[in-house]
Amino acid sequence: MAETDFLSGGLADPVIAGQSAFRAIMQAMAEPGTIQAITDCPTPPKGLRRTMASIATTLCDADTPIWLDPELAGNPLVVKWLAFHTGAPVTADSAAAMFAFVSDPSSMPALDRFAKGTDAYPDRSTTLVLAVDGFDRGTPLSLTGPGIEHLRRFTFAPMPEAFIDQWSGNRALFPRGVDLILAGPEAVACLPRSTRIGKGED
Amino acid sequence: MYVAVKGGETAIDNAHKLLADRRRGNRDVADLGLDQIMEQLSLAVDRVMSEGALYDRELAALAIKQARGDLIEAIFLARAYRTTLPRFGYTQPVDTGRMQVERRISACFKDLPGGQLLGPTFDYTHRLLDPALAGGAAPETPEVRDPDGAPMMRVSDFLGQEGLLEPAPDAADKPVPDDIARNPMSYPMDRDARLQALARGDEGFLLSMGYSTQRGYARSHPFAGEIRIGEVELEIAVPELDFAAPLGRIQVTECQMVNQFQGSAKAPPQFTRGYGLVFGQAERKSMAMALVDRALRATELGEDLTAPAQDEEFVIAHSDNVQATGFVEHLKLPHYVDFQSELNLVRRMRAEVEARTETHQEAAE
Amino acid sequence: MSALDAGNEQVIATYNFAYLDEQTKRMIRRALLKGIAVPGYQVPFASREMPMPYGWGTGGVQVTAAIIGPDDRLKVIDQGADDTTNAISIRKFFERTTGVETTTATAEASIIQTRHRIPETPLTAGQILVFQVPIPEPLRFLEPRETETRTMHALEEYGVMHVKLYEDIARHGHIATTYAYPVKVEGRYVTDPSPTPKFDNPKMHRNPALQLFGAGREMRIYAIPPWTEVVSLDFEDHPFEVQAFDRPCALCGAEDVFLDEVITDDRGGRMFVCSDTDHCNRRQAEGHAGEQAA
Repeated sequence: MAETDFLSGGLADPVIAGQSAFRAIMQAMAEPGTIQAITDCPTPPKGLRRTMASIATTLCDADTPIWLDPELAGNPLVVKWLAFHTGAPVTADSAAAMFAFVSDPSSMPALDRFAKGTDAYPDRSTTLVLAVDGFDRGTPLSLTGPGIEHLRRFTFAPMPEAFIDQWSGNRALFPRGVDLILAGPEAVACLPRSTRIGKGED
Repeated sequence: MYVAVKGGETAIDNAHKLLADRRRGNRDVADLGLDQIMEQLSLAVDRVMSEGALYDRELAALAIKQARGDLIEAIFLARAYRTTLPRFGYTQPVDTGRMQVERRISACFKDLPGGQLLGPTFDYTHRLLDPALAGGAAPETPEVRDPDGAPMMRVSDFLGQEGLLEPAPDAADKPVPDDIARNPMSYPMDRDARLQALARGDEGFLLSMGYSTQRGYARSHPFAGEIRIGEVELEIAVPELDFAAPLGRIQVTECQMVNQFQGSAKAPPQFTRGYGLVFGQAERKSMAMALVDRALRATELGEDLTAPAQDEEFVIAHSDNVQATGFVEHLKLPHYVDFQSELNLVRRMRAEVEARTETHQEAAE
Repeated sequence: MSALDAGNEQVIATYNFAYLDEQTKRMIRRALLKGIAVPGYQVPFASREMPMPYGWGTGGVQVTAAIIGPDDRLKVIDQGADDTTNAISIRKFFERTTGVETTTATAEASIIQTRHRIPETPLTAGQILVFQVPIPEPLRFLEPRETETRTMHALEEYGVMHVKLYEDIARHGHIATTYAYPVKVEGRYVTDPSPTPKFDNPKMHRNPALQLFGAGREMRIYAIPPWTEVVSLDFEDHPFEVQAFDRPCALCGAEDVFLDEVITDDRGGRMFVCSDTDHCNRRQAEGHAGEQAA
């Protein structure tokens, strides 16, 4: 991709692609820990995962300030591509972002550095989009809560540091807290704030 | 044997056909042109534009025709169309001080630079039905002022010079105003969002609310500082240009109500403002809006909340006639499932009461 | 140039897939995700004017429009029936603006938009039930102010609701709320099930389908994910109970379903039939017959 080629890589049919990507994300949020494929993704510049680009174009626009981790923020082509294809303003303040895009979860800021919403408006929180390498590796987790019939086994990698502890801190804030969308190479999974996470053997 | 009612789809189609027929009326009478509505029912067009929040005379005229003259229905049509339009940007604030004025009056001063300009007003007409108009008599050619007249200074600017009138809010305090069409309303509201809601609020509702303040329900000692009607320039900032690009002109009515205010813990004695700004020529609406705006500033000015017109949630939540008419009229929809639930309950409670009465009587016998 | 000028007429006639523009859909989609993440919490959203009146299902229509795609199969019911006028009107709206397939069969629908009922046929995983909600705030009739009720939800202060239900018991010996009966979702938010009869409340509990709620005029969206705990408020000595009918459906003989009372003549004649027309038709096709069956 050429230096100036941030204009390309959009979708042939953004209306239908956006709808089907949203249904995958919504299904993933409604049934935490299930893996939902996104079939028709945009083609972003190197450094931005395709599923992440799909999430950005599906959910972000001029009304949603976004935060980018240093690796994404330091990639001018990615920044321009996101600006052109979503129109979302970039903020350096993680607690002011409606969406945060993280290309390397293992070195990301703590979850509590993002907006957690208020008791009256818990929806005023950041949705974190984390690039992950896959859902077939990593520490086994067991999920319970809304969207889960009994208990669901789930793994993803790489994980944010001390993730299980951080998550139980996030869960304790309920109904405040952040929600995670995990963007794998072909598919997404979600961890809404309502999900309780235990170690896999629990 | 019982057969459930079917054929709803045909019934709906037939109802629509009948509606179209009744709308057209007697075919021997000439069909009403949109140009006729725009030209001869222009205040109805203005109302549909302002409460429909869509400045387009031709579409407003179409809405009025389609709605058979039911203005709330026409406003709804305009809104439902407006909501689908892409948003390209926001204009710069209009400068009503540079308005090409057709009417300007002030109740506060006998005379003032630019003068009292009556314009096309009903004010001093004697309300006598005019048979000549029914006969289609042509009007006389009116005297009109040179349209290139210099800008007319606003009364609020004179009063502001003496420091007796509170200053107008500073745009720099809130560089990006709220947008009630894009953001869900939440209470308490800032004044910018509230004024947006009032600007498209129902004229009749605001009229009654404003009237209530004059009758002592949160009296605000209002004076019509100035009412002006005319055309203002719309401009939009384009990043590629170093000047604001002109988009065209629209007609608006502005009312600046000046209210005596004895001061409170929060503000010194001074005159305060109530503000109304409406598309088109809509004097009654702009005045009512200004009265209600002033009443809704009670908390900001440290006044006691005693009256309905001061109650922001009550006023704003019930001012939109598209919402109000929808919910009132939704009672026409079938509710028989809920009604069945209530029917069963009332039968059960009656049976219980009767059983208790019988027991009581038996005990007494 | 006005929108009506020559050659521009199509601008009015042509709308996006599912009517809403993409920016509006994104805004609704974001609200839906928040609603799903915080079950039972009412998310404010910038509801749009729709081409049908507020109060006539605009919230449900906006939710459906934001989620529906070409592969979906849509069912629309009002009062449990596919053939009520407003259900027909909404179904036609989506046929025209999306071209998706529609159905009356509960089991075949991927999205079911409903007003006032939950279908009798149990829903399955992957289905989405979209409720049209008039007043989303369960505390509204006890406290009309949004500023107050929002604080009550924030503090989880629901005493006023229990007091109301208890006053019913003191007065009538039982709870006198028969529809829009409040539920508690996942032990946190007291939520309005929309004005469904309380007969349908138990169906919300641990339902495998995703339940989405749209209130257009009141500008709120909320959600109940699959398998979520939904408990109708009650008291130990006065447990929650649903309506019972003392007879089966006159057409299909179904028991344990919600029945409509139909007046059959002007001498007080009446019969009771399934409110869920799909359920009733299917049972009749399977050979079940009530006492007045054809």
